[in-house]
Amino acid sequence: MIEMQGVYKTYPNGVTALNGIDVMIEQGEFVYVVGPSGAGKSTFIKLIFREEKPSKGSINVNNKDLLTMKWKDVPYLRRDIGVVFQDFKLLPNFTVYENVAFALEVIEESPKAMRKRVMEVLDQVGLKNKARFIPDELSGGEQQRVAIARAIVNHPSLLIADEPTGNLDPDTSWEIMRILEEINASGTTIIMATHSKEIVNTIKKRVIAIEDGLIARDEHRGEYGYEI
Amino acid sequence: MKFRTLKRHFREGAKNILRNSWMTIASVGAVTTTLILVGAFLVLMFNLNHIADKLEEDVQIKALVDLTADDAEIEAVGEAINKIPEVSSVEFSTKEEELADLVKSMGEEGEVWELYEQDNPLNHAYIIKATDPLDTESIAKKIKKIDNIENVTFGQEAVQNLFKFNQLARNIGLALIIGLIFTAIFLISNTIKITIMARKREIGIMKLVGATNGFIRWPFFVEGMLLGVLGSIVPIAVIVTGYYYISENVSAFKQFNFVELLPFSPFAWQISLIILLIGASIGVWGSVMSVRKFLKV
Repeated sequence: MIEMQGVYKTYPNGVTALNGIDVMIEQGEFVYVVGPSGAGKSTFIKLIFREEKPSKGSINVNNKDLLTMKWKDVPYLRRDIGVVFQDFKLLPNFTVYENVAFALEVIEESPKAMRKRVMEVLDQVGLKNKARFIPDELSGGEQQRVAIARAIVNHPSLLIADEPTGNLDPDTSWEIMRILEEINASGTTIIMATHSKEIVNTIKKRVIAIEDGLIARDEHRGEYGYEI
Repeated sequence: MKFRTLKRHFREGAKNILRNSWMTIASVGAVTTTLILVGAFLVLMFNLNHIADKLEEDVQIKALVDLTADDAEIEAVGEAINKIPEVSSVEFSTKEEELADLVKSMGEEGEVWELYEQDNPLNHAYIIKATDPLDTESIAKKIKKIDNIENVTFGQEAVQNLFKFNQLARNIGLALIIGLIFTAIFLISNTIKITIMARKREIGIMKLVGATNGFIRWPFFVEGMLLGVLGSIVPIAVIVTGYYYISENVSAFKQFNFVELLPFSPFAWQISLIILLIGASIGVWGSVMSVRKFLKV
């Protein structure tokens, strides 16, 4: 599903974020990416959905070579990858319904199937009765659930979450984790960068620790391993 | 692209007008202000041009044939004039007709001239019009060289001053219009820059969800077009009403019959269409330019 070999990334300002990453993630896995701030977690995540290009090495996602991929093909890669961020990244002037439906409009889904599918995912994240609200009228946890609904609405094979609980209180965080586990149980691969020791140590999954641009640890059912 | 997606883009573009209400008001305001100015200058320029054309059309050359010429020679002169390529029409006027014209143009005083009917001192004449009035002078020179021509008149100085004035008026009008359109573009792109940060984030989010550049650009295109069209409503109303009053009042002063404005219909409607098209193009241009920068994400 995801395969990286000897991946290096140096930004134009000279900062080296990744120093030779080799990793293999199979379909259906749930992977935490942990590590100190500035160690390269975000860069690692961004490489997967082609927000950044590596300086050296090879990346394959869903059997697509991201190095030779052309700009015009990037949108099609992203349609099979759901993304969730710490700051939600919802369209502020769109209602909850419109935010989620946008991902389906992009793939030119029929209006009837679109309505059905959007209400289905909103039900899944427990926001069916808030479809007409705009993001500003919702709490942080609710906004993150909208973002998740949008990420999974067109059945992606991979869901990437960059510190999805970073801005949320503990109760809301557990709620988000429950939804992510459900999505994973239905076969979607999940890659989640996080700073939450409690979550990593309670819901045991594969843990990839990135330090100084290198994979320091890669354990199944691993621990968070850092003191905050 | 499926047809329903095209419909979706138009719907989204229209919704954006409401969603970004402050930007809508600011952009429509900028378009309105400039289009009123552009419209007023267009009306002025088209009318100046019209008046100039009218005056130029009236320019004609009169070639007087020698009094001694016989019928065959008069005929030969006519043929020679006809052979000049820039000439559009040649009309022969006998000396009797010339006298009648003279008598008529003098009014009551002209009656004195009627005495000459028995012994007409005037020449037979050819009245010539040029295809392009600007060639009048060169045609006159060529006619002068033809045998049996006594004299050629076309009001040299008046005609040349008229041409100079017309040319100047046209150039100034054109320069003003171009200047105004650039001002409009500058104003509108500035207005759009104000909201660019919010839009930058939006476009980035759309790209994350897998939208292609075309998919993102379409609603912006529609939105810009609608902004331009909305911005041209007030200018069209102002210009049409204003022109209606002006043309009514000018035709009241019949003594200035050399100032003949373009008729209200269809001119007012043609100008409205031009304003609408300029408005829509400015809107589309401003909107599409503002998106372009953020599509490479």
